[in-house]
Amino acid sequence: MLEISSNIENIVYLISASLFIIGLKRLASPTTARNGNRLASLGMLIAIIVTILKYTDNNFEWIIIGIVIGGLLGIILSKYVQMTAIPQLVAIFNGFGGGASALVAIYEILYPKESVISIFVLAAIAFSTILGSLTLTGSFIAFGKLQEIIPTRPILFPLRNYLNSLLLLLIVFFAIIMVIPNFSSLNILYILIALSLLAGILIVIPIGGADMPVIIALLNSYSGIAGAGAGFVLNNPVLIISGSLVGASGLILTRIMIKAMNRSLANVILGGLGSDDGSQHATNENRLVKSLNTEDAAMILGYAENVIFVPGYGLAVAQAQHQINELANILKDNGTKIKYAIHPVAGRMPGHMNVLLAEANIPYNELKDLDEINSEFDNADVAVVIGANDVTNPIARTDPSSPIYGMPILNVDKAKSVIVLKRSMASGFAGIENELFFLDKTSLLFGDAKDSIEEMTREIKNLDNI
Amino acid sequence: MDLLPLIIIFALSLFIGYEVITKVPSTLHTPLMSGSNAISGIVIVGAIIIVSNANGILAIIISVIAIILATINVVGGFMVTDRMLAMFKRSKNRD
Repeated sequence: MLEISSNIENIVYLISASLFIIGLKRLASPTTARNGNRLASLGMLIAIIVTILKYTDNNFEWIIIGIVIGGLLGIILSKYVQMTAIPQLVAIFNGFGGGASALVAIYEILYPKESVISIFVLAAIAFSTILGSLTLTGSFIAFGKLQEIIPTRPILFPLRNYLNSLLLLLIVFFAIIMVIPNFSSLNILYILIALSLLAGILIVIPIGGADMPVIIALLNSYSGIAGAGAGFVLNNPVLIISGSLVGASGLILTRIMIKAMNRSLANVILGGLGSDDGSQHATNENRLVKSLNTEDAAMILGYAENVIFVPGYGLAVAQAQHQINELANILKDNGTKIKYAIHPVAGRMPGHMNVLLAEANIPYNELKDLDEINSEFDNADVAVVIGANDVTNPIARTDPSSPIYGMPILNVDKAKSVIVLKRSMASGFAGIENELFFLDKTSLLFGDAKDSIEEMTREIKNLDNI
Repeated sequence: MDLLPLIIIFALSLFIGYEVITKVPSTLHTPLMSGSNAISGIVIVGAIIIVSNANGILAIIISVIAIILATINVVGGFMVTDRMLAMFKRSKNRD
């Protein structure tokens, strides 16, 4: 252990926290973002080094063992995961962060430094333990759903809202007992841990795939707030600062997501959409749609001047991002203008589509968000919808009785013609038929998105050769 | 440190977080999540502090697991964010 005064320690922590803030600030533009991320990681490195130097007089070998094991696992996970699996990876990292915060808090009550723990520290311990444990199991369930180990459809068990409410009340009750010094005991802590672990599972398991962006953002926020709680437990300002930055970030993203779905957080958690009754009244009618083959589609695209691609989760499932880029490049060589319309909740986490398309070398300045692109559909000759559904349904603008009424949608129906790449006629996550498909200007191209796009690319090349 | 300064730090950090993060464009929301997640791995500092006080096998097991989880979060989070951000490119000579 080096003699490092608390002042020096805290100044180093201040530098770390500043680097985190500057790093996050640099995420405001793709040109500075990478550098920002590196600054933040530098901040982390110096915080870790000063902590080891100041505090470690024994168990140094255990710290190294922990860092080496965790570091290797982190490197392996981050290097080899596919870009389509990023939501799962972020989910599981959230879980680990929450778990670590909970363990730090639990440790402080198992092995207290002073014989009497103040009410305030007890409250912080209870808080971190609850949020950290809940984040841990909730994230694992989210991971399981995204990885499709657990069914992605909402799993609805009877009386779940009553059970969940009861569970949350119990957690609050035991948390209060935990904070009262005379009642506080290890058994209460164990009950609290068990209840919180269970709550994480029960809250996430009824959430359907399309609501995942909200849950991932929320868990992200919880892992941050749990870390801030651990900072109160340990009296450590850098934990508080970093934890609250992450907490704020997760909350902002959660809010953006639920706004983009025109829903409330309670509505997402209680499972209003995509539940049992939604799908039944939808698929009864047998309405006619127009379909076309890849040759026709290629012809339409080949003669279009302005084309907007509208990717959705189906793109990630089909892994067709590289094929889209290839198609787009051929069209661009012919002088066609290409843009991509990205709905905030397209995919399984905030910004999911942007990362997939960036992976395929599609320039980020062609990726437009809802506000930027919606006025441009009027000028588009063709809109190509790839694996997106509910976010393109014009019924959200027109039919107040629809469950998705009021949800901001991409105005794909305003384009002069629409090609929808689809595997089958199944309705979207919300179980509502998409009115877009039945418009006169819409043609459906059935089949695997990747194959269809590849074939279209070939056909367009042939057109050029004639 | 006293309680009050900690609460002040907490409140001000929330404001800074709000201001900084609302400026992140939706294009970068995924890297924002994984990057901020890596920052929440700062709890590794807490984990290191508890390991260095740990006596007895259970205490060491708990604190070393905390270090492992936090390190995965830190190393994995920053590296995967870097990998993602490396992919974001502007189009050349177009627009």
